[in-house]
Parts: sequence; structure tokens; C-alpha cells
Amino acid sequence: MITPISIDMISLNIASIAPMTIAVLGALFILCIDLVRKHNDKHFYVVLTALFLLIDFVSIVSYSGANRGFFDVILIDGISLLSQAIIVISSALFIFLSLTKQRFHEYRYPEYFALFLFMTAGFQFMASSDNLILIFVGLETASLSLYTMIAMHNRDKASEAAIKYFTMGALAAAFYAFGAMLLYYVTGSIELSTISNHFAITNFDNYPLILLGVVFMIGALGFKLSLVPFHTWAPDVYEGSSASMAGYIAIVPKIAILVVAIRFFSIFIQADDTWVRSTLYMMAIITMTLPNLIALVQTDIKRMLAFSSISHAGFVLVAIMLGTTQAIESLFLYWIMFAFVIVGAFAMLWVHRTKEEPSFYGFTSDYQFDKFTGLVKTAPVAAFMLGILMLALAGVPPFSLFWGKMYLLSATINSGEIFLAVVMVLNSAIAAFYYLKLIVYMFLKTRDDNIAIEYRAMNNLILKVIIGIAVAFSILSIFWLDTILAIVKMAVQTSGY
Amino acid sequence: MEHILSILIFFPLFAALIGLLVDKESIRAYGIVITFVEFLLSCVMWAGYDSSAGSIQFTEFIPLVSQFGISYNLGLDGISLFLVIMTTFITMISLIGLTETRNLKHMILSVLVLEMAMVGVFVALDAMIFYLFWEFSLVPMLYLIGAWGGPQRIYASVKFFIYTFTGSLIMLLGMLYLGYIYSEATGVWSFNLLDWYMLQLPLDMQLWLFAAFFFGFAIKVPMVPFHTWLPYAHGQAPTIGSVILAAVLLKMGTYGFIRFSLPLFPDASVEMMIPMAILGIIAIVYTAMVAYAQEDIKQVIAYSSVSHMGVIILGIFALNVEGIGGSIFLMISHGIVSGALFMLVGVLYDRKHTKMMSEFGGLAKVMPMYATIFGIMLMASVGLPLTIGFVGEFLSLLGFFAVSPIITAIAGLTIILGAVYMLVLYKRTFFGPITNESNLKLKDLNGREYSALIPLVMLVVYLGIYPKPILEPVDKSVKQVVQIMYIKAVTPEAKEKIATVNSIGER
Repeated sequence: MITPISIDMISLNIASIAPMTIAVLGALFILCIDLVRKHNDKHFYVVLTALFLLIDFVSIVSYSGANRGFFDVILIDGISLLSQAIIVISSALFIFLSLTKQRFHEYRYPEYFALFLFMTAGFQFMASSDNLILIFVGLETASLSLYTMIAMHNRDKASEAAIKYFTMGALAAAFYAFGAMLLYYVTGSIELSTISNHFAITNFDNYPLILLGVVFMIGALGFKLSLVPFHTWAPDVYEGSSASMAGYIAIVPKIAILVVAIRFFSIFIQADDTWVRSTLYMMAIITMTLPNLIALVQTDIKRMLAFSSISHAGFVLVAIMLGTTQAIESLFLYWIMFAFVIVGAFAMLWVHRTKEEPSFYGFTSDYQFDKFTGLVKTAPVAAFMLGILMLALAGVPPFSLFWGKMYLLSATINSGEIFLAVVMVLNSAIAAFYYLKLIVYMFLKTRDDNIAIEYRAMNNLILKVIIGIAVAFSILSIFWLDTILAIVKMAVQTSGY
Repeated sequence: MEHILSILIFFPLFAALIGLLVDKESIRAYGIVITFVEFLLSCVMWAGYDSSAGSIQFTEFIPLVSQFGISYNLGLDGISLFLVIMTTFITMISLIGLTETRNLKHMILSVLVLEMAMVGVFVALDAMIFYLFWEFSLVPMLYLIGAWGGPQRIYASVKFFIYTFTGSLIMLLGMLYLGYIYSEATGVWSFNLLDWYMLQLPLDMQLWLFAAFFFGFAIKVPMVPFHTWLPYAHGQAPTIGSVILAAVLLKMGTYGFIRFSLPLFPDASVEMMIPMAILGIIAIVYTAMVAYAQEDIKQVIAYSSVSHMGVIILGIFALNVEGIGGSIFLMISHGIVSGALFMLVGVLYDRKHTKMMSEFGGLAKVMPMYATIFGIMLMASVGLPLTIGFVGEFLSLLGFFAVSPIITAIAGLTIILGAVYMLVLYKRTFFGPITNESNLKLKDLNGREYSALIPLVMLVVYLGIYPKPILEPVDKSVKQVVQIMYIKAVTPEAKEKIATVNSIGER
């Protein structure tokens, strides 16, 4: 005899999945339009995507329901809303980067834009759940879309990057499933809150098995966050995908996975688990330092930025490891600041892609340092903007990322981790060297061979506006720091971190 | 007069932004006009400064990040007043004497941006705002050295940047920790220096924080053993870069010691008196010897800068009114004198495109006026009485005499050793027969060079004979710093030490 299940619509809290639903519906809508009328211009789809993201954003900002929905599977708390907002805003900025003058293979397919919205929805689901299965579903939805979109970029290295990312991603997914399984075995639940309660009640009974589960989870999350030693995919994927996609990979997937990492690791950090804490501590130090040293010798800017973004991931891992309120706040502040700088920097690289193959000018890649030699003479405004973005990445005040770094350092010091703070500071100094390298090429070296590089092939107003927004945000960040900090504080403190 | 400090900071910045519209042909005149107006503004500020009180004046306060205690907080006292005036003055003079022609627009606009950062450092009273200007000043300087410098300019500029950047980041840790301590003590975050002055810290914490700030300031000064970036930076920098670097940027470090280290960590400062003095002495003696061994005229002056900065450090860590006041005066005088010397070397370099002493000899015959002005500046650098260099050096040494006569005696070598390498330089360059035929055709100073150098000569002589206009306001403000130190010191030994070293003329 099956008992009838009565579902109360109010207890379902439909509003809690409204933002993701909008993105998914938008994607389906785009696919349907393609059925009716083929060969629409990419501008049409870009604007449509942006509009759906706008509605998505409004529904996030205006959300005012309970923070649980769908049988407690959905968890919409402060950090969920905040990270969703970051995801949607950065996605919207990046989708506009496809409005280049030059035509690209991938933008001819409406599926690209549908995948983009599916991916956004996937990341939003990840950020707003504490159910390990729903997180997994969101993660895979987003990742599979992402692999496909990278592969659609139809250049030699693009398929290589996509396959590399896919195989490694599949391994990470397996890690995740295995880790979740072990945790389920020990606790009988896949809800992080229940798992946490179970640990508290049983006082971490069956500790070796729990640790094994944690190890697999570290592997899975570490892969997506590109923490050393799970970082090896990052440089190749960045190099293979188009500059706008590489910038996207640097920010959006990571913020979603960071929220998952905060939710997951805070169980152990708040229980003062030495093993997890010291593992994260070591990983943070290695992730900050090692890629920094590798980045010093790169000759390709995109690879350099890939290694540097691994190093930045190490910085925010420190925040997760500390787990204090200020640390979690600093994580979000850091990532917001970082997002805008990265949008600007990768958009700048995107704009400087030449129409001809790089070998036409005797370069091995599109973004070799040497290509930017003497840029201040040929395109002074571009050089100054890129210079400012590099200084921002290096953490030179008053540019945006400095404030994120400062707040994070402060959180580190306040937790009494002076040694870690010194390591972070020294790493910033090392990082300054390779960011300066680009400035040195642009401003201090002069080109002797007079290759006339046509830089403006990609330039148009909308890209300039995006770059302008990023640079203005970087320069004037001190004026809205207070507002951002207020929002972040409210979001983090209402989520109970 | 209310917002004079903000105007002083941001006028050059806006001028630089608007300057983008100015035509290449007239950009030099534009730069000179802007820096002249800036200098006039700083003189107006001086006129409005109430010298009868040593307190902080022209304060401005706007909260910026209230949740983290960062505020736009400016103020000026006798210590910073003349450093600001010197900054605006030297920037103006260096632009007047500018002979560079390559990519002039970028250069002049960078100098204007640099001027903003330099003035900002001296008037900021919020640690974060101070740090902001402090770090930002590296960027235009990097560009100046790296784009217009000598053959090794890129190595020199990047070394300069990374070196100082690392030091300042460690200082940033100290600042953040101090902010944390303040928030623990009072419940609110604040990076306001005047709030921090109220904070009494235990001795071991003071020592750690002193060390953190020490890295930031000592690399900037530069103190031995952190001085290695300086000869490179000077050697490769264009004339205007060297002038501003020697005259103003180095003073930021010593100013930082007076503004931050002494009043914030009085006990640690007392503890560190002798170690700092020893570092100062090593700088004085060792770099003087190195200077003697140099072939390049510019390197001699670069090393002499390090040597003189040692005397300034010695004066500061005498911890008495005479020493600190003398060191501030020495900062001003060293700014004027070393700025002038670097300009003079630049004059020679413009004509001959070399700075090697061996290329010259007997220049006094072909360039008599040049030789005269060089001679006056050289005497001021050595510290001849009745020149500007004497007053500061004498007072700094007098101040430290109250602490330790032996160290002071060794430090007194600065005058002798300085005389040795400077006079040798003068002899080899200006006296003797003209060995190099091509030197016969060298022209003496021209109008532009006169207009840049004559004001400097007048200042050197005037302030050497009558230093009171500077010394009086400086002394009043320094007394307040010493008073804060005395009140804040937590250990009785430190209190007693501060009291004893400040008893010159009372015994």
C-alpha cells in the first residue's frame, strides 16, 4: 500500500529555484527560436542571452523567501545569493565579449548560447544547495556545457584543451562521487547539514573512513579550483580556449565551487579538525608558491595568467582554511575584485588577437609577450589600460585587487597566522615580477623590427565599454569598497559563517 | 585654506589628466607652469601655516571605508611642511632643467603623477592612505627609470620596484596588525595615525612591529644592507629621475621613521637606538669608501647619498629634539644639494654623453661657471660651515652625542670621508691639464641651466647662513613627537632614556 504523497506548493518554495529556471528556460527558448528561424545573427542571441541573465539577476536580487526549498534540497542563504549575483554579472560581461568584429566559428551556433545559459544555471544550482547530489548534478551540467563550448572554438589547441579538461574533469567527477559515497556510508546522509550534525553527535566516529571521503572530496574540489597538485589542466585549457572563455574559466566556475568548498570544509574547520586544517594549510602554501615560480618563466601571457590565477586560488584557499567570518568575507571581496580585473585583462587580450595566424608575424602564439613590445607607442590607451590591470593584479594600491588582498591579509593576521601572512606577502612580491614583465614589454622596450601588427581587428564599441567598466572599477574601487564590503558582510553574516 | 592639502595632492594629478590634451610642442612649458603653480600653492600653504604651534594643521577628514576604519585623513605639521615644499620645489626645478626630448609628453605627465604621490605620502595621516601613495609612487618612477634610462634600465627599474614593493608589503602586514590591535582595544577599526598615537603596546609587540615597519622604511632610505638597488637605479635613471629619487623618494623612508616608528613604538625605538646607529655608521663609512672607488661621477653622488642618509638615521635615532630636528633639516638640505649635484652631472652628460671621471679633467678652464656652481654644491654636500649641509649634519651629530660620544666620533668621519671622495672627484674632473682634446669645445652653462641652478645655489647659501625659518617650526613639531614618545613609553627605562637624551643644554 503506497501512501499518497501530498505536496504543498508553498512548502516547495518555488521562488528558490526561480533564478536558475529563468536561465534554463532562456536556453530552451533560444533552441526553439533556432527551430523556427535559422541563421540569426550572433548579436541577436547575445542580446537575448544578456536579457535572460538580466531577469535572472533581478530575481536573485529581489529574492525574499525562506532559505530552504524543495524538501530542503535547495539552500538559498546570503553567500548563495551573493555568489549567484557574481556568477550572473560576470557571465553577462563575458557574453558581450563575443560581439567582436571578427567572426568566430562557435558564435555561429545558437547552441553555444543555449549551452552558456545551461552552464550558468548549473553553477547557480551548485552555489545554492547543500545536497551533495544536487551539487553534483549542477557541477556536471555546467562542466559538460563548458567542455563543449571550449571545443567549439575550432582551433588546433581548442580540442586538445577540451579533451584534456574533459578527461581530468571526469576523473574529478569520479572522485566526487566516491567521496560523497563514503560520506553517505558513514553518516547515512548526503545533506551537508545532516552530515555535520552526525559528526557532532558521534564525535567523528569511524574517522579513517571520513578522512578517506574528505581526501576524495579535496581531490574533486581541488581539481575544479585548480589547486596544486590538481592544477595541471589549467595552463593548457587557458591556452587552448579563446581569451574570453579563458577569463570565464578563471572566475565563474571557481566562485561556484568556492561556495561548495566553504560549505563542505567549514564542517571540519569549525569542528577544529587538525588533519583537514593542516592539509588545506599545506595546499594553500604550495598552491600560492609553486605556480608563482612557474609563471615567472612563461613566454605566453595567457599561460602566465593561468598560473597566476592558480596562485590566486591558493590565496582564497587560505580564507577557507581560516574559516573565520572575516576570512569568508575577504574571500568574496577578493573574488569580486578579482573578477572585474580578470574580465578587463582577458578582454584586453581578446581585443589584441590578430586576424592572421600568429606565425604570420613570426610569433608562436597569439599572446606572446613579445607581441606587446612597445605597445605604448602604437596604442597608448590600450597600453595604459592593460598596465593598470596588471598593476591591479599585482596588488598595487589603489587598484582594486589590493583591497581584496589587504582584507584577506588582515583576516589572516587576525587569526594569528603571521607566518602564513608573510608567505602570502612574499608571494605577492614574486607575482609582481611577472605582472611587471608585461608592463616592461609594453612601456619600456621598443620594437626594432617594425612589424606593423594590425591590433584593431577585434575592436568595437561594446568591447571598449566592457574594458572601460573593468578599468574604471579597478581605479576607483576605493570609493565603492565600503558598499561592497557592506553587501558582503551582510551576506556572509546572515549565512552564519 | 581649508582644502589646501587636497588641492596640493590632486592638482598635479588633474593637470596630468588634462595634460593629455596639450600638444607635444608645448608640453614642457605646460609642465613647468603646473609645477610652478604647485610650488606657489605650497608657499601659500606655508604662509598660512601657524608656526607658533607645532600641532597638526589643515586637517581634512572624510571616512572612506567606515567598516574597516580607512579614512581620507590629511594633516601637516612642521615635520612634513618643508618636505612638501621641497618636493614641489625640486619637481619644478627638475622640470626647468629638463633636456630630454624623446617621448617628452609621457615623461612630464609621469612626473606630475609622481608629484601627486610624493605630496600625498607627506601629508597622509591615515596609514592606509599613506601606504596607497607610498606604493603608487613606485609606478611613475618605474616608468621614468625604465623608459628613459641607460642601457641596463630595465634591470634597474624592475629591481627598484620589486625591492621596495617587498619591503612595503611587510610594512603593510605591520599596519594591518596594528589596525587589528586597535580594533581589539577599542572595538572599532581605525587606521588613523592620530588614533594609533593613543595606543600603548607591550615591548615585545613593539619590537615585532618595529621590525615590520623597518623593512618598509629601511629599503626606501636605503640603509645598508638594503641599499643595493640604489646605485643601479641612480646609475641608469635619467637626470630627472635621479634628482627626484635622491631629493624626495629617499626622504619618504626617513620621514616614515619619524612619523610612524618613533611615536608608535617608543620603547622599541629606545631599544633599537644603538643597532640603528650602527647600521647608520656602516652606511656612513662603508659607502663613503665605496664612493671613493667609483669611476662614474653619478655613482659617487649616489653612494654619497647612502652615506648621508646614514647621518639622517643617526640623527633620528638620537631620539632628541636636536637630533630629529637636525635630521629633518638634513633631509631638506640633502634634497636640495643632491638634486643639484645630479642636475650638474646631467649637464655634463648632455654635452659629452659620458659620466666617467677619466674622460674629463681641467674642466674649470673651459666651464668656469659650471665649475663654480659644482664647487659650491660640493662644499654643501661635504658639510662646510655656512652652507646648508653643515647645519643638519652638525645638529644630527650633536643630537647623537648625547647618546654615545664614541659612535658620534666615528660618524663624524662622514665629513672627512665626504671631503675625501668629493674633493678627489672635483680634482680629477675640474683641475689639472685638459687631457681630452674634445673637452676644449665644451660650452659653459646656458640660460635654462642657470635658471634651474641659481635658485638652488641661493638656497644653499641662504639657509646655510640663516636656517631659522626652517628650524623653528621643525623644532616645535619635533618636540611634540618626543613628548608623545615620552608619554607612551611603557617601560621606565625607556622613559628615563628619552628624558636623559633630551637634556642637551640643561646640564
